[in-house]
Amino acid sequence: MTLVFIETDTSGQVTLTSAEALTFARTQLLPDGGAATSREVSGPPSGSTEAVVIGELSDSAVDALGRLGVGVIHHLEHPDLAEYSAAAWAQAIVDVTPESGTLLASGTPRGMELMAHAAVRTGARMAANVIAADEEGLLRQVHGGTAFERLRLDGDLQVLTIAGHACTPEETTPITPEIIGYDLTVAEADLATRVQRTEVEAADDASGLTSARAVVGAGRGVGSENGFAEVLELVDHLGGALGVSRVVTGLGWRPHAEQVGQTGSRISPDVYIACGISGAIQHMAGIEGAKTLVAINTDEEATMVQRADYAIIGDLHEVVAAVNEEIVRRRG
Amino acid sequence: MNILVCIKRVPDIAGSVTLDDTGTEIDESGLGHTMSSHEECAVELAIQTAAATGGTVAVLTLGPAEAVEQLRAAVAVGANDGILVEAADPSVFAPEDIAQVIGDVIRDRAEAGQTFDLVLTGDDAADTGDFQVGIRLAYDLGYPVLTNIQTIGVTGGGEGAGAGSGGGGERGGGRIEARGIGPAGTEIFSLDLPTVVAVHEGGVDPRYPSITGRMKAKKAPIVEYDAPEPGTGSPRIRLELPEVKASSVTILGEGPEAAPALVDVLEEIGVIRP
Repeated sequence: MTLVFIETDTSGQVTLTSAEALTFARTQLLPDGGAATSREVSGPPSGSTEAVVIGELSDSAVDALGRLGVGVIHHLEHPDLAEYSAAAWAQAIVDVTPESGTLLASGTPRGMELMAHAAVRTGARMAANVIAADEEGLLRQVHGGTAFERLRLDGDLQVLTIAGHACTPEETTPITPEIIGYDLTVAEADLATRVQRTEVEAADDASGLTSARAVVGAGRGVGSENGFAEVLELVDHLGGALGVSRVVTGLGWRPHAEQVGQTGSRISPDVYIACGISGAIQHMAGIEGAKTLVAINTDEEATMVQRADYAIIGDLHEVVAAVNEEIVRRRG
Repeated sequence: MNILVCIKRVPDIAGSVTLDDTGTEIDESGLGHTMSSHEECAVELAIQTAAATGGTVAVLTLGPAEAVEQLRAAVAVGANDGILVEAADPSVFAPEDIAQVIGDVIRDRAEAGQTFDLVLTGDDAADTGDFQVGIRLAYDLGYPVLTNIQTIGVTGGGEGAGAGSGGGGERGGGRIEARGIGPAGTEIFSLDLPTVVAVHEGGVDPRYPSITGRMKAKKAPIVEYDAPEPGTGSPRIRLELPEVKASSVTILGEGPEAAPALVDVLEEIGVIRP
């Protein structure tokens, strides 16, 4: 059996990355019972994937999980789980995890943390950032996506996190999931790391970046902390989000929440416009999911230009200002 | 507060990579080395926290003899001493093995009189991206663990607390407040020492070494251990490189004159706000 930890957003909807993880579970060749699987590479039938949800379970989430092929939802609710504590949440997940098969989550900070705790508590091995599973084993990203590691986890249970955008969410024949509730016991020791409070500030919020259809990226080429005017105007014209390179946050020009890359957000917009970004692999790791890549750069040989679908060679300030003017002109 | 920071020597990759003859490692012969970016911030956090509490910072790495460079780099920016667990080929160690080795060293150092109130790691390493060592280490030591943490403040005691039950001492020697990244904003945690904290880049700016720091680093004491044989071992079969795709970029033009062509593309995608 494959059990998938599901994350929901503040409105109770299944997150995009959890939908990706469910699609991965349904379409990749994962062990079942610790032995060679009898499943077809094309994927097991709907219903053989199970989900675990902690906290609120909305009707729309149940519907969405049914459309994503989930046959059983393990719904975990307890007053001590209302605030996040990795140890307590992980133990709750472990309580419904089978002794053999696969436990997986999307490779978000929550998913990574919970799966690592669950791996220790079940005595299982864990592979992070997995992108595929077949007869030979698992394939996962290493070195920021520059290379892939082929590996095989021994043991009856394997624990995985799925790299962001490793697959596109695909719905299947809708089914009505069975919902199973539990009487949980939460150990006091597991609450030592419970969240005391959450502060929400605009500078901390990366959700707009990860959900935007258009992201305008800015790198060192912007020149200074005061050099973002044209780029921010373009962000506004597109109703999108600003994403920056590590150099930009390292220089203190913009907050870390806007950083795109291996140690920042991983994004999947319809279009990513990289302005003055050369294309270091750590940054490229964050934009793999972009459907269309546009580069604006003075260096025609830059990695970003070579990897782009479209490029303009030139000074980003001049080019972006002209793009803004053209958009305004066409609006009349 | 006495702090241990666990760091890792990783290749400093800027572009594409090639594999070595075995096909299980990347060819590092033409690459420089550094410590992972999360760990640079962990070192900075440790230095700030130790300075605020009158404590010390030790750095530890499991790696080849050359990894002493990363230990001395940490000393150059303010750490006091280093611990090298020498392993010619650290890639054969699983996260489980590395956590076990670090735990054993912490217990050994406690017996030698060097105890740690706080153990910092990076969230994950730039090369393997495993995201497990800090958590597995915490379980080995019997400590609580936080991940995705960007800043730390001391809220009570914090001086000379000594390591907890897993590390050779008693709990109750101070308390920290840690702030980290959550899905809805900044999450604040408060917990007793000793503990393990895995640090995420972005909360602090790593400092550059001074000339004095560089001089101090050359003479810094480094305690050396030989790594044991890995008990679990890496599950790696081999490495693979992504397929190299020929560039298919369409150059829309040069300079501002190309702007209308880009706006055409954006209109076609449908992302221009009405």
